[in-house]
Amino acid sequence: MQFFSGSEISPSPPAPTASGNNAHMMYVFNRNGICLLYREWNRPLRTLSDHQDHKLMFGLLFSLKSLTAKMDPTSLKFHLFCLDLITSYSEVNGSTINCGPDLKMIMTFLAVFCSNYFIINMPSHHSMDKGNLGVPQLPGQGCSFHSFRTNTYKLSFMETPSGIKIILVTNPRTGDLREPLKYIYNLYVEHVVKNPLYTPGTPIK
Amino acid sequence: MPPVAPRSGDAIFANVERVNAELFTLTYGAIVRQLLTDLEEVEEVNKQLDQMGYNIGVRLIDEFLAKSHVSRCVDFKETAEVIAKVGFKMFLGITATVTNWDAEGTSCSLVLEDNPLVDFVELPDTCQGLYYCNILSGVIRGALEMVSMKTEVTWVRDMLRGDDAYELQVKLLKQVPEEYPYKDDE
Repeated sequence: MQFFSGSEISPSPPAPTASGNNAHMMYVFNRNGICLLYREWNRPLRTLSDHQDHKLMFGLLFSLKSLTAKMDPTSLKFHLFCLDLITSYSEVNGSTINCGPDLKMIMTFLAVFCSNYFIINMPSHHSMDKGNLGVPQLPGQGCSFHSFRTNTYKLSFMETPSGIKIILVTNPRTGDLREPLKYIYNLYVEHVVKNPLYTPGTPIK
Repeated sequence: MPPVAPRSGDAIFANVERVNAELFTLTYGAIVRQLLTDLEEVEEVNKQLDQMGYNIGVRLIDEFLAKSHVSRCVDFKETAEVIAKVGFKMFLGITATVTNWDAEGTSCSLVLEDNPLVDFVELPDTCQGLYYCNILSGVIRGALEMVSMKTEVTWVRDMLRGDDAYELQVKLLKQVPEEYPYKDDE
């Protein structure tokens, strides 16, 4: 929560500078959580040390990925999730399976509560199999989220199947950043991956 | 809307930087020749080629994903198709076919009709145990490991040993889901 409290101090975002530089920070992580690259251009408020900041960012995205996959309304898993909730709810009450309205109320309340804090944009891929709930997601299943926006910043995220995560924090009025993130990934490939002197998994100098 | 992933690698192959095929073949031949001189044991050379291929595969996967825009594959069958049609085409200019699926869908064969690595190559009698193209099996293993699939890749048929085509068997051992790397108490 420390992370979000900064926004209460300055409720209106700073106007974009004349040079048009929109980005605040950029992170690149690999699949083991190692921050390969961190750049900042405009970060007046800093609440955590670098190491904690990276851990927080990585953990946040990891959890958001699992959350969005579980809440995906178009996937079979979501129906199983609801079914599980109904049966556990009825077990707690000691009665037979209740009808939907209570459950629906809980779910909509949760969704509204979360969306007050951020608006999550996620295209969803329909996942075909019925895996176990609570098992960490295999890459390739479930939907993937790509950005969230608060009143002071917008965080855009791209993850590749090989586990490279690119995060860009910009001002809230930025449009869809998926193309620029792909471009950054291409640059990463061209100059970092193809560099014979670079060991994969170490921070980029 | 993200661009639709191309189902064949032709378009990408036309766009990537290419090197002369003969240069590539001869360079590879020189590498194998040098390894044989250095290590002398055919089994050692096989292992070393596999290891080299693994190191290549670990980096290759990023380039492949960046250039080909494929989204995540839903299952192993799709993965094999993508490797055969898009991957081989993009990097070697050949297409492979996927055959011999086993009952659970965890093992398949990739059949290569022609192979640019083995142009002009003949195996002498002293090197009969050598898997000349073992680097390819390492590449596939390394690349798939970076997308969370542990696989085992072996050669079933090898034209340099007298068979009629090259056949690689790719067996999925397990899918490793992503884990949260930090311990909770840190």
